[in-house]
Amino acid sequence: MKTLRQMSTKLLHLLRREQYRNELEEEMAFHRAQTEHDLRSEGVASTDARRIAKRQFGNTEGLKERSTEMVSFRFESVAQDLRFALRQLRKNRGFALTAILILALGIGASVAIFGFVDAALIRPLPYANPTRLAMLYEGINLGPRFHLSYLDYVDWKKMNHSFEDMEIYAQGIGMLRTPQGLQPADGAEVSAGFLKMLGVTPVLGRGFYAGEDEASAPPTVLLSYGIWQRKFGGRADVLGQTLQFDDKAMTIIGVLPKEFHFALAEPADYWTTMHPDGVCQKQRGCHNYFGVARLKDGVSFASAAADIHGVSERLEGVYPDTNRERVATLFPLTEEFLGNIRPILLVLLGGAGLLLLIASMNVASLLLVRTESRRREIAVRGALGASASRLMRQFVIEGLLLAGLGGSLGIALGTEAMRLLHQFVPRDMLATMPYLQGTGMNLHVAIFSTVICVAAGLMFAWMPYLRITRGDLREDLSEGARGSAGTLWKRFGANLVVIEIATAMVLLVGAGLLGKSLYRLLHADTGMEPDHLALLRVAAVGNTYQKEAEQIVLERKLFEEISHLPGVNSAGITNQLPLGDGDGATSFHRLDRPYLKLNQEVTRRSITSSYFATLKARITRGRAFRADEDASKPLTAIINSTLARQYFAGEDPVGKRIAWDGDSPVHPIEIVGVVDDVQEGQLDAAPRAVLYQPFEQNPDNGLALVVRTSQSEESVLREMTEGVHHVDPGLAIFPPSTMMQRIHDSPTTYLHRSSAWIVAGFAGIALILSVVGLYGVIAYSVSQRTREIGVRMALGALRGSVYSMILREAGLLTAFGITLGVGASLGAATLMRKLLFGVAAWDAETLAGVAVVLACFAMLASFLPARRAAGVDPVEALRSE
Amino acid sequence: MAKKPDLLPGTLDMLILKTLTRAPLHGYGIAQHIKRISDDVLTVEEGSLYPALQRLLLQGWVKAEWKMTETNRRARYYTLTIEGRKQLGLEVSEFERMIAAIGRVLQDQEA
Repeated sequence: MKTLRQMSTKLLHLLRREQYRNELEEEMAFHRAQTEHDLRSEGVASTDARRIAKRQFGNTEGLKERSTEMVSFRFESVAQDLRFALRQLRKNRGFALTAILILALGIGASVAIFGFVDAALIRPLPYANPTRLAMLYEGINLGPRFHLSYLDYVDWKKMNHSFEDMEIYAQGIGMLRTPQGLQPADGAEVSAGFLKMLGVTPVLGRGFYAGEDEASAPPTVLLSYGIWQRKFGGRADVLGQTLQFDDKAMTIIGVLPKEFHFALAEPADYWTTMHPDGVCQKQRGCHNYFGVARLKDGVSFASAAADIHGVSERLEGVYPDTNRERVATLFPLTEEFLGNIRPILLVLLGGAGLLLLIASMNVASLLLVRTESRRREIAVRGALGASASRLMRQFVIEGLLLAGLGGSLGIALGTEAMRLLHQFVPRDMLATMPYLQGTGMNLHVAIFSTVICVAAGLMFAWMPYLRITRGDLREDLSEGARGSAGTLWKRFGANLVVIEIATAMVLLVGAGLLGKSLYRLLHADTGMEPDHLALLRVAAVGNTYQKEAEQIVLERKLFEEISHLPGVNSAGITNQLPLGDGDGATSFHRLDRPYLKLNQEVTRRSITSSYFATLKARITRGRAFRADEDASKPLTAIINSTLARQYFAGEDPVGKRIAWDGDSPVHPIEIVGVVDDVQEGQLDAAPRAVLYQPFEQNPDNGLALVVRTSQSEESVLREMTEGVHHVDPGLAIFPPSTMMQRIHDSPTTYLHRSSAWIVAGFAGIALILSVVGLYGVIAYSVSQRTREIGVRMALGALRGSVYSMILREAGLLTAFGITLGVGASLGAATLMRKLLFGVAAWDAETLAGVAVVLACFAMLASFLPARRAAGVDPVEALRSE
Repeated sequence: MAKKPDLLPGTLDMLILKTLTRAPLHGYGIAQHIKRISDDVLTVEEGSLYPALQRLLLQGWVKAEWKMTETNRRARYYTLTIEGRKQLGLEVSEFERMIAAIGRVLQDQEA
């Protein structure tokens, strides 16, 4: 009740503020007049009386202020301070603009990167309880993540005790028959319970019912939301329509939700069920699925891994022929989806954070300088009756205002940068990182932005606070006073600059290391000469080319067609291009040793005789394939040097004979040559054992045409495409490319390149900011020491010694900064060593290079103020006092 | 500015309220009255008087209105309200309790 009345009184006063102040003024004037009157009646002279009355009354403004505070709302004075702060910023436009821009850069970078971090690492995957999902693979001698066979899956599902549910999927759905001809389609086939286990319900139509993956069930397909919108116009009547994949007609039964994705199977526009009646599904040795499972409540990943590992060991005992040394491996699903991108995003976030740190330091030192120049203003306001808390509040408000303005601009910049960065991600890359789809401003990002803005604001408020609380009012009032002026600035400003330089160093070293990694990656030895190679992938689908003889005929026709095109120096054909996934493994054994049923898996490729010559791959032993090596001739193979090292250490493999496991009757294959490793996997992948066979001894219905040309690759590719059409218009042709594109556009390169560029951008800004910061410190120090320098010069100091005095000051700060920076860089580089390729975290070349660049820039920044110092005219300097 | 000894904290409000029990008065009058009655021992600083008056107004313990003085000048006169009178009673009894307590401590013979 009482507070209510007080509120209304305050409100009333607020509405009549002018009147209130006038009345207060009048009341006080009356008081003074009465005092004066009384004094005069006591016989004091009238001028003295007025003075005494005034003095006795004290600081009228302060008194009014305190009386007003008594009846006014807090926000009124805050509004007043805010108006004042705005006026201050308007008055010092240069300062305000610089500070706001620097801050906006720092905050913008952080917000943009955080947007991606949020999308990838913070937002949960679009499944029910995603942290309880695991990926299941079979581990073999080549690595822990290989396909499992359908029969193994069936046994795993039966024999385990740890999983609520276990499902499988395989990428690929075949060619889509359209009125324009066959088109490659992105899709996946899954077991019927797959989507249900993930907790995904279609937005339209139905999901797969249990048993829809049985041989008897008619083929059905679910559309991704994206393809439904793009290709089917988002119409509801797609349900019931039929799509023809290869030779299978599938009925559309539903549309998946917009936010659904499954990164490891993406891009996938069509989802169908697997059917266990294929040739491969009936063989335990035919591996073509990946497993996904949901852990039972209370079961840890470790114990589930142990359980399924035990299951696979038991299977190994029962089926030694097919399952020897094939162990089940299990990894958390989130880890499998985000494991690659997490270190990159964290490094970028760290970089953005450091940039924000430098930006705030810079603004803070600008503020410090300004506080120095506002000492008189503060003193005057204090003398006129402003209370310390009121002065303090003024600075808090100015700091928050600055942070608010810089922050708003920064958030706008960051949101825009997010959009741009997202656009720069190539479509294929984005398809494999579907979780980045929703990157943009959202609640998480908004909270993050607000927190960093407020933190920056408080820091800016704190800077002048240090100054005021230590200041001496009287000294500050006398304008020319030097005294302690600038000592605080020197101490804090100098520390800030050291930190800025160290931070810039960390970012520069990071950028240097990433840049060097990228260079190493692009120039990694791929075992071939990748320039001037034009590539065209062709797939023969449908009922034609099912037989090996037909595939051989096709290969010969295609080779004939492309090798005689103008501009083609050399042509070759392989079943799979290098720099791909490096998969397609089969196990073999040596025939000159007892068969121990070790599961020796090697990647297997089929190539034509001129393939290696076209790549300019180096055959180090033996010979290349001959053009006439077909099924009628003895089986031959060329192995790569890794295979030679692994299985023929210290021997000459040429002439040795091997055979594929499970081959009965055994067909001996003679090794006729060794080739230096041609990178079949990603650029940064460890070398794998690869075995090449003549295409005509192991044909395939997927063919990749490789052509070395002296002309432009584009024109040759156009002619090649026409040539393929000429051979058979029914062949599916994948988008043409070149080997250089394959190197430059590979996912690995992309990740390396984008992180290198972004960190380099941060480092560039950081370099500029820290150098400007150093310039500020030195320039301010020179301006404060003008008189001292004048005296020194009047006493005979030479210009050279003034130069060296200033440069020494700058040099010391830079040296401190760089020393600190070297330590911090080593730490940071060690943290990001996962991202480095072919370069060590303690790369001395990069460290030294960065230190030199930083030192040069620092010297440049301190040279200008040093020149000004040396140019001081002693007479002028002394007179100015 | 030389500082005069401060009033006991919290007593200014009470003194103002007490002064106003006799008759409505303006600020200057209140200060003069306290000074005169206390034989110049208690001087009310203008710096505390006016904020205190605003506080009392806000609490509703006094009312203010503009009137003409005997010398025909406009001045703001403060009048005690009923609530103000109650508050005065409270503060006086609290104050006396304090003084008595302090007195007992000071007269403690054992010390």
